[in-house]
Amino acid sequence: MSHVRLTDTRDTQADIANCRADFPALSQNINGHPIAFLDSAASSQQPAAVIETIAEYQRHDHANVHRGVYTLSHRATEAYEGARDRIAAFINAASRSEVVFSSGTTESINLVAQSFCRPMLKPGDKILLTQLEHHSNIVPWQLVCEQTGAELLVAPINQRGEVELDTLIGQLDENVKMLAIAHVSNALGTVIPLSDIIAAAHEHEVPVLVDGAQAVPHMPVDVQSLDCDFYAFSAHKMFGPTGVGILYGKEALLERMPPYQGGGDMILEVKFDGTTYNELPYKFEAGTPNISGAVGLGAAVDYLQSLGMENVSRYENELLAYLTEQLQAVDGIRLIGTAEHKASLQSFLLADIHSHDLGTILDHEGVAVRTGHHCAMPVMDFYGIPGTARASLALYNNERDIDMLIEGLAKAKEIFSL
Amino acid sequence: MTSPAYDNEDLRELYRELILDHARSPRHFGKLPDATHSAEGINPLCGDKLKMYFRIDGENRISDACFEGSGCAISVASASLLTDTVIGLNTDDALKYFTALVGRLAGSRTTDHDTDTGVNLGKLRALEGVKEFPSRVKCATLAWHALKSAIHLDAQPATTE
Repeated sequence: MSHVRLTDTRDTQADIANCRADFPALSQNINGHPIAFLDSAASSQQPAAVIETIAEYQRHDHANVHRGVYTLSHRATEAYEGARDRIAAFINAASRSEVVFSSGTTESINLVAQSFCRPMLKPGDKILLTQLEHHSNIVPWQLVCEQTGAELLVAPINQRGEVELDTLIGQLDENVKMLAIAHVSNALGTVIPLSDIIAAAHEHEVPVLVDGAQAVPHMPVDVQSLDCDFYAFSAHKMFGPTGVGILYGKEALLERMPPYQGGGDMILEVKFDGTTYNELPYKFEAGTPNISGAVGLGAAVDYLQSLGMENVSRYENELLAYLTEQLQAVDGIRLIGTAEHKASLQSFLLADIHSHDLGTILDHEGVAVRTGHHCAMPVMDFYGIPGTARASLALYNNERDIDMLIEGLAKAKEIFSL
Repeated sequence: MTSPAYDNEDLRELYRELILDHARSPRHFGKLPDATHSAEGINPLCGDKLKMYFRIDGENRISDACFEGSGCAISVASASLLTDTVIGLNTDDALKYFTALVGRLAGSRTTDHDTDTGVNLGKLRALEGVKEFPSRVKCATLAWHALKSAIHLDAQPATTE
């Protein structure tokens, strides 16, 4: 087998291992140590290419989009719509009109809850979620349930942090009007086997929204192959800026949904006795959008495509294996989230040290991790713990970052006399 | 790898023996069945959750105090030190400790004396290590905000936000 293939892999690994230098924030020291940034699941750092693209746009090309006949407005529109085209290609949407800019995953999910679900929900209807969802894939559904009398149904997880598939599939019936499910769990790292779940949901004519915030930066995502009905993600977790994200929706569904917000840009004609809405995707983009954010997201997509998502995924999986192995070797560690299929992150506890104390001590050693409940309190309740420390990886991390984490944990044990 | 300029001094200040002792073996930990006043302290960002119980007699004297819940070493130690401190005080004096400690940890006071309030913080000074760790100040003050809420009979849980 493939000598050639192995060589290829090594070259790619080298490319990705060198990409750390593309991220200006990662060249600094924190508390006297070169930074080990292990919190990309909360928000990732940005490569110079993204920062420069946004700055260039602000310097030379800014005006409002879809409005002016003058050169700058034309350039801004080209930049904004060009980003949409690149994102559509990146996730393999069938059409650019299926790619709606939002302020992020949270707004994307709220949009679907309010525009797709709210008009059709009635008392007794159900929204099916899982135990491992992020709060932003729980609370929007609770709101729409309060508004309509529908109810939440929650599919359980097992001790490894995997969704109990048989139970979930058994919960699908004609009363379920939406299945809202993560692609990758932000607290546990579990990769959900979406294809099987979506196929089962569709057999019961249940539409599926996927919270893809933790998947898009780490693996190839093809919305047509998944056959999901909606897919939501955020720019700032995939090396783009904050305040912008995407709602992908199947065109037929987006077409029949009423607008989420009213305002400029989402209309064709406004009269006091009625307004005609704009075509997709503009129907869902009321008001002046986050143009520079969208341009930055387009640049982030270019960056990821230059590396290749298959390569990113392979590199990160190897690094995750190293992280898991190194953590397991620490005396007193308890890993939270040990699913068979995982991506990019590991939650853990160390002896009886509270995760905030761990976080403070690790920061002192230059290591940035997230601590607490990770906006997934139902997951913490499931394990009966108040929170965890979470080390999350991105393509710019390397084994040295993980070694620094392990050294930091030794320091924590020393401080706590363990 | 650790450079001498960044030794453990400030970490040691934060996690002093007294703090670790109270975190590991909190005093007055549990429910107080005949509590007259209670309040929750919730830190929504961290998930720290403490419930403080007080028995306050007819002369506004705190005759007993207990707490339960979970939190980091700093918030648990602070709650434990709080119970040690306020038992036997009248509520006005207990609130003076609140004012003195919160003012001191928030960094607005730099003198050694606890100024206006005339309160001697004593072993509560062990909490001063948080001043070098701004994100941890709210851990040290959570229980104290709950004390204030309990005395004032606030219906809402106390937060440090």
